[in-house]
Amino acid sequence: MTAIYKHRLFWPLVSLLTLIVINFIARPQFLKITVRDGELYGPLISILRESAPLMLVALGMTIVIATRGIDLSVGAIMAVSGAVALTIIDGASDPSNMGTVTIAIVVAILVSLVLGVWNGFLVSVVGIQPIIATLVLMLAGRGVALLITGGFITTVNSDPFSFIASGYVIGLPFAFLIGVVAIVVLSIVERRTALGVLTEAVGINPEASRLAGVRSRGIIWGAYIMSGTLAGVAGLIYASNIKAADANAAGVFIELYAILAVVLGGTSLNGGKFSIAGTVIGVLIIQTLDSTILFLGVKSAQSPVFFAVVVVVVVIVQSARLRDGLAAMSGRLRARRESAQDRDKVEVA
Amino acid sequence: MPADTEVQPLVEMRGITIRFPGVLALDGVDFTLRPGEVHSLMGENGAGKSTLIKALTGVYAIDAGEIVVAGERRTFSSAADAQAAGISTVYQEVNLCTNLSVGENVMLGHEVRRGAGIDWKATHAAAARHLDSLGLALDTRSMLASCSIAIQQLVAISRAMVLDAKVLILDEPTSSLDRGEVEQLFGVIRDLRDKGVAILFVSHFLEQVYEISDRITVLRNGTLVGEHPIAELPRDALVTKMIGRELEDLATIASSSHREIDRTGTPVVKATGLGRRGVLEPADLEVYEGEVVGLAGLLGSGRTELVRLLYGADRPDDGAVEVHGRPARLHQPRHAIEHRIALSSENRREEGVVADLTVAENIVLGMQARQGWLRKIPKKDQDAVVQEYIEALGVRPANPNALVGNLSGGNQQKVLLARWLATAPELLVLDEPTRGIDVGAKADIQKKVAELSAQGLAVIFISSELEEVLRLAQRVVVLRDRRKIGELDSAETDLDGLIAYIANEGEGSAA
Repeated sequence: MTAIYKHRLFWPLVSLLTLIVINFIARPQFLKITVRDGELYGPLISILRESAPLMLVALGMTIVIATRGIDLSVGAIMAVSGAVALTIIDGASDPSNMGTVTIAIVVAILVSLVLGVWNGFLVSVVGIQPIIATLVLMLAGRGVALLITGGFITTVNSDPFSFIASGYVIGLPFAFLIGVVAIVVLSIVERRTALGVLTEAVGINPEASRLAGVRSRGIIWGAYIMSGTLAGVAGLIYASNIKAADANAAGVFIELYAILAVVLGGTSLNGGKFSIAGTVIGVLIIQTLDSTILFLGVKSAQSPVFFAVVVVVVVIVQSARLRDGLAAMSGRLRARRESAQDRDKVEVA
Repeated sequence: MPADTEVQPLVEMRGITIRFPGVLALDGVDFTLRPGEVHSLMGENGAGKSTLIKALTGVYAIDAGEIVVAGERRTFSSAADAQAAGISTVYQEVNLCTNLSVGENVMLGHEVRRGAGIDWKATHAAAARHLDSLGLALDTRSMLASCSIAIQQLVAISRAMVLDAKVLILDEPTSSLDRGEVEQLFGVIRDLRDKGVAILFVSHFLEQVYEISDRITVLRNGTLVGEHPIAELPRDALVTKMIGRELEDLATIASSSHREIDRTGTPVVKATGLGRRGVLEPADLEVYEGEVVGLAGLLGSGRTELVRLLYGADRPDDGAVEVHGRPARLHQPRHAIEHRIALSSENRREEGVVADLTVAENIVLGMQARQGWLRKIPKKDQDAVVQEYIEALGVRPANPNALVGNLSGGNQQKVLLARWLATAPELLVLDEPTRGIDVGAKADIQKKVAELSAQGLAVIFISSELEEVLRLAQRVVVLRDRRKIGELDSAETDLDGLIAYIANEGEGSAA
C-alpha cells in the first residue's frame, strides 16, 4: 500500500482524477462519450484533442529540462512553423492538393528542426545559459514568422491541412494520435536506447559524466533539436485548428505551460531524472483545468486567477520537498532551541 | 626578526571546538596571532584550516572556546561583523566585482560623497592613494576583469586596507599566480607586516610558506599539533607533523607489490613534457604493464594536475602522449577511454558519482558512454557486470538499485572503481581513492589495486597517505610546487626518506 502511495506518479494522478471528479460532480455529462459515424465525441475527447500541441511541446521540454536546460523559444517556433506551412499552401495554385500540403508540412518541420539546431548550438557549443540562448529565438522568432507571412494573418482553406487538427482516424482525433505517436516514439528512443540514462547523467552531474566519457555536448544539442522539432509539429496542429497562421497568437505562453506540465509531472527543474509519463499527466491536468474553467462557467476575467489558485494547490499537494521541508523545519527549530540552551550553559560555565 | 612573543596578541583563539553532524571539525584548537607577523596555518585537506578561519571570521558559530580580539572577547555573527572589527579575508577566488573598475572595487561602500551623489574623481583619487601606499601603480578606471588574477588579489588586499584591517587573512592567495606575481604579492605582505598588520597566511606551497612566514601553526584532523617559530621547524619535521603517521597491518599488500617490473619493453602509456602554463611545468611519466606508479607530493603539488592533463580532463598546452608506443591525441576524457585509460577523480562527489542514479547505472555509465547511446548494453549483460563487481569489491548495500548518493564514501569509491574496471582499462589512474573513507574500505581498495596490477594492469596511484603509496607502488614520482622533482624506487626508500625527499630535494633558490 505504501508502495503505491510513494510512487512518483501517485500525486500527479490524484490531482488529475480529483479534477475530473470535480467536473463530473458539477456536470455529470462531463464523462459522457458519444459515438457518431464511428467517431468519438465528448468533453474528455475534446481535452485529448486539444492537448496535442501542449503535449508535443511539453515532451520536448521534458528532455531539455532533464539536461538542466530550458527552452523558452517553443512558442515562437510554433509561430514560425505555422507561418512557413501556410505561406507555402497559400502560394500554391491548389491549396487542397495533397502534395502541396505534404511539402508544406515537411518544410515547416525542417525549419523548426533547424531552429532547434540553432538553440542547441548556442547552449552546447557556445556555452550560453539555456534561458538566455533560447530567449533569443523567443523574442526574434515571432518577428521572423511575421516576416514570412508579410505581416498578415495568412488564412487558407485546405481540407488536407485542416485534417491535422480536426480529422479522425480509427474513431479518434488525428491530433490526439499525433501526440500518442510522439509519446511512444520518445519513450522508445529514450528508454530502449541508453539516451535516457545518459541524458539524466549529464543533467545530474555534467562534470562526472564528461569524465566518464559521455558525449554531453551531443546529448544536450540533441535535446534542443528534439524540442524544436516537436514544437514545429505543435505549430502545425495549432495553425490547422484555426486554419490560419497567426504569428502573434500562436503558442503564446505555451513555454510556461509546458514547463508547468513537466514540473507537475514530477521532473525537477534542476535536471536529471525525468518522467515522460509524468509529463503526459501534467499536460492532461493543465488541459482538464482549462476545460474546467469553461465548464464551470468561470468568467473570463477571473479565469487566470482561478487557474493560478488551482495550480498552487496542486503544486503544494505534490511537493514532497515541501512536506519534508515542513518536517525538517520543525526539527531544525527544535535543534536550534536546544543548542541555544547548550550555549547558555557554556556561557554560564 | 619581527613579532617576538612578548607583544600583546591581536587575536587569541582558545579551545575552539566546532562540530558538524557526525564530525568533530575542530577539537579544542588554540591559535594566536600577533601584530606585525606573518603566521602560516598548515595542514592537509580536512585538517581544519578553513574551519578555523571561518570560526574567526564569524562564518561558523563555535561550539566551545573563546575568541579574543585586541583584548576583548568577541563573537562575530557574520563575515561583515568580523570585517567591521578589522578582520579582513582575501580568498583564493577573488570575491570582488570583476565588472566594476579597479577604483570602484577598492572604494566600494566607502566612495567619497558629494551631496546625494558620488564624487567619482575624488573617489578614484582616494583609490589611487590606497593602491600607491602598497606600491601599486594601477589605472583605477580600468576594469577589474581586464587585470590578471595577481593584480585582482592585490586589489582585494588594498580594499581590505581601506576597511582599516588590523588582521589580514590570505587563504591560498598564490595558487593561481606565477613566480613573479608571487614576489609582488610578498612585497606587499612584508610591507603590511612592517606596518603592524597581523597576517594569517594559508598556502600549500612549502617554499612560499618558508619564504614569507615568521611562525607556523600545524593542524591535523581538527586538532592542534603545535605552534613553532619558522626557524625551529625544519621542512621534514613540518611535513611529518602535517601528515602524521598511521601504521596499518597491510604487510601482505606490500610484499606482493615489491616485485621486479620489466621496463625493457614499450610502456603502456608514456607522456613526454606534458604541461600547461600556470598548472604544471612539463613533466615526463611512463607506466609499464603490471606496474603501480605512485605520485607523491603535498596537495597542490601538481599530482592531480599531471593525471588530469594525461587523461584529457584538462587540455595540455605542451607535450605528447604515447599509448603502447603509438602517438595518441587525448583532448577529451572519452579519447582517453577509447585508448583504455581510466581516471577516477579525487573529487568523488563533484566529478565521480552521479548521485541520483543507481549503483547499477553508475557502474555501467563508463561502458555505456564508450558504446554510445544507440547501442544500449542489454539488461542481462548489465546485471551480470554489476553483480560481478558488487561482489568482487564488496559494495554495501549490495543492492544494484540503491541510489549512489545514499552510499557511504567508501562504497561510492568502490562503485567508481567498478565503473572503471568494467571498461577493461589498460591503465587505471586512481586519484586519492582512499580519501575520507573508513579503514576497512581503504584496505579493500588497496588489496584490489595490488591484485589487479599483479595481473598486468598498469596503475597510477595518488594518495596523501604516503604509506599507501610506498606500500602499493614500485616506483614513486615526486612532485612539489607544480613540478616533477624526481623519481624514487620504493624498494630503496622508506617513509622518512620519502618525506625528506618531498620536503628538501630538488629545490631551487629558496632554501
